[in-house]
Amino acid sequence: MKMLMKGTEAIAEAAIRAGCRLYFGYPITPQSELTEYMAKRMPEVKGVFLQSESEVATVNMLYGAACTGKRVMTSTSSPGFSLMQEGISYMAGAELPAVFINVMRGGPGLGDIQPSQSDYFQSTKGGGHGDYRMIVLAPHTLQEAANIMGEAFDLAFKYRMLVTILVDGMIGQMMEPVELPEWKNIEELKEPDWALTGAKGRKPRKVTSFDLDPYELEKMNLRYQATYKRVAENEVRYEEFKIEDADIIVVAYGTMARIVKTVADSARKEGIRVGLFRPITLWPFPYERLSKISQNVKHILTVEMSYGQMIEDVKLAVNGKTNVDFYGRSAGVVPTPMEVLEAIKKIAR
Amino acid sequence: MIKSIIIAGFGGQGVMLMGKIIAESAMLDGLNVTWLPSYGPEMRGGTANCTVIVGDEPIGSPVVDVPDVVIAMNIPSMIKFEEMLKKDGIMILNSSVIDREPSRKDIKVYKIDANKIADAIGNSKVLNMVTLGAFARVTGLVKLEMIGKALEETFAGKNKKLIDLNLEAVRQGMNSVS
Amino acid sequence: MATVDKIVAQMPKSLSKVEFSYCPGCHHGIVHRIIAEVIDELGIAEKTLMVAPVGCSVFAYNFFDLDGTVAAHGRAPAVATGMKRALPDRIVFTYQGDGDLASIGTAEIVHAANRGENITTIFINNAVYGMTGGQMAPTTLIGQKTTTSPYGREPKANGYPIRMSEMLSTLEGAVYIERTMVTTPQNVIKTKAAIKKAFQAQIKGLGFSMIEVLSTCPTNWGMTPIEAMKWLEENMTKTFPLGVFVDKTKGMI
Ligand SMILES: Cc1ncc(C[n+]2csc(CCOP(=O)(O)OP(=O)(O)O)c2C)c(N)n1
Ligand code: SF4
Repeated sequence: MKMLMKGTEAIAEAAIRAGCRLYFGYPITPQSELTEYMAKRMPEVKGVFLQSESEVATVNMLYGAACTGKRVMTSTSSPGFSLMQEGISYMAGAELPAVFINVMRGGPGLGDIQPSQSDYFQSTKGGGHGDYRMIVLAPHTLQEAANIMGEAFDLAFKYRMLVTILVDGMIGQMMEPVELPEWKNIEELKEPDWALTGAKGRKPRKVTSFDLDPYELEKMNLRYQATYKRVAENEVRYEEFKIEDADIIVVAYGTMARIVKTVADSARKEGIRVGLFRPITLWPFPYERLSKISQNVKHILTVEMSYGQMIEDVKLAVNGKTNVDFYGRSAGVVPTPMEVLEAIKKIAR
Repeated sequence: MIKSIIIAGFGGQGVMLMGKIIAESAMLDGLNVTWLPSYGPEMRGGTANCTVIVGDEPIGSPVVDVPDVVIAMNIPSMIKFEEMLKKDGIMILNSSVIDREPSRKDIKVYKIDANKIADAIGNSKVLNMVTLGAFARVTGLVKLEMIGKALEETFAGKNKKLIDLNLEAVRQGMNSVS
Repeated sequence: MATVDKIVAQMPKSLSKVEFSYCPGCHHGIVHRIIAEVIDELGIAEKTLMVAPVGCSVFAYNFFDLDGTVAAHGRAPAVATGMKRALPDRIVFTYQGDGDLASIGTAEIVHAANRGENITTIFINNAVYGMTGGQMAPTTLIGQKTTTSPYGREPKANGYPIRMSEMLSTLEGAVYIERTMVTTPQNVIKTKAAIKKAFQAQIKGLGFSMIEVLSTCPTNWGMTPIEAMKWLEENMTKTFPLGVFVDKTKGMI
């Protein structure tokens, strides 16, 4: 049955259904409803909800809970995600699985609380120190966001990696009909063979992110890199919308992509053949596929709610095969369909 | 078919709920819907608005530049959204609060004395449901039956009287426009 | 026609003309006014720097006609430390809510106090997070319902209301700490005297001073301003007794 749900609620409920019973978080707009939903809901499913004293604490609570091999998550918005970067680096080094929701808002600094996509670099290139990566998923509808939660946990555990769901204030605050995913039976979730549960009848296990011997640390790093390579080879996800006959392909993700879908239709009514290429995994970025399809088009237009972050990956993919243009607004200002259409017309001329 | 509606007014006039009921009734009728609120400090004391889109095709952008319908509950909202309205679009005004005419002549205007009707029903709070009734009648986008179901969903666990009161307000709103 | 003989109430000069953005019945505004009056009376407006927090009073830097900035959530005491160390002869104060000071910023306030940092902190304790919509604060009372303690604050899960004034007064560097409220004219006078003393301690270079003001948040408590005032007097003062917790200024100011 479809229910009219707010983005934050759909994500929270889907996470619980995906087997998450441990949530740590600190209120921040525009995602506090997610925290509040968990405060109400976790006790009902015998889970744990804890409001931490700060995002620095949150991420370390996550570190601890993740060490026990359970499905754990948090949610925050840009300034809070910045504070979590230290812990994220430590968790990546310790190969701990966890899911982060970043409901992006305008920055930098305190910025504002309106929708934005300006944390792309931070999420995909690593906001913390060290050679690490995290899987970054960018759903564009509430249904997709709800569906992706189970996948996020599965990927986190399969690869022992952190997964970030990168959405913005619009997806967080809007309502849409959602068919909630099936319940995962948490009894069936296997305890990972690295989990710290007390060394009863087995050798003690260690979870750390350090080795003072550089050659040993290098070995650890090479292991991370091998994992990242496997992820890049196997887990790239994207959507193609009306690209078969397109002269212009717009590359956009999340909220911006759904706006572009509307724009593509109106552009076609005016005789401009526009398609959309929508990365769903921002890391690993769909370089190969974008490279391939960019060969046959006149223009690639990257549209973002930032002043140009994903465009760097788009340019890497296109690698000079065709023109790459940009349109974007940031700071919490969302480009309207008409503005994007204008940008398209400009390059179509 | 995709139709977009902007609903705006003072915080406290129930514009968010009005939007939600429209979205929910359309959903129950098998349509696709999105509901997008303005959010943030703007809400405190100031004006609030939401954008509702309903359609039988998948909905892309939840943001609109040119709405098909504007429901304005106060003067600042009328002024703010009048310009955006589509040519021949529908403007529904709460004439209890808005004592002037919109300046555009190429739109269809419907005036609802929402506060007065609500007061006559005996609860000034239901002025949003009165307006919703008028919207339903004028646009034909949502059916009374579905509005009833949506109200039941929204007020689940609250007493039946409250649902009846709101539904009565919707009915009277429908009858207030011809 | 009436003539004006004497102006009895006037906007303090240290307040700007910007209209407050606070809800009706919120005490933030009252405390702003008191601070501005004290600054006027001490004649320090031109050498005072203020650090606003993240919270409903994030706009405070605009409400005062003083040099001012906004710190990251909870970090105001560290920012103020930087200012004071750079300009030791200026007066520096922070204005912080309970989420800001008693939750995310506990490390900063504890260490500023412990260093005896010569700054003044005005701490607004309204037992909830106002700005973000009424979530639980570390100062939320036991049993109090908030959006993140929907079943009421329960010590087993959420611990106890934290008493910052009592805690900080155990630190050597703290020279003056008092808890007040502004529910009646008498209380307002007491709060003003306390805030004045705190600034005087700084002017004399004595060390860290803090005034905690118990405040209302009618909006997120779901009460009328009058009910909120009553609730504050009847409930908050039980958990957070008024009084002076440390005073090392005797004979110095
Ligand atoms: C790093 C970070 N986390 C969270 C927030 C969101 N936030 C803004 S204000 C606030 C708490 C405000 O409460 P309080 O300090 O008690 O002040 P009040 O609004 O009640 O005056 C929070 C959590 C933020 N801005 N930055
Ligand atoms: S939300 Fe509460 S603290 Fe904030 S301005 Fe309103 S009453 Fe004051």
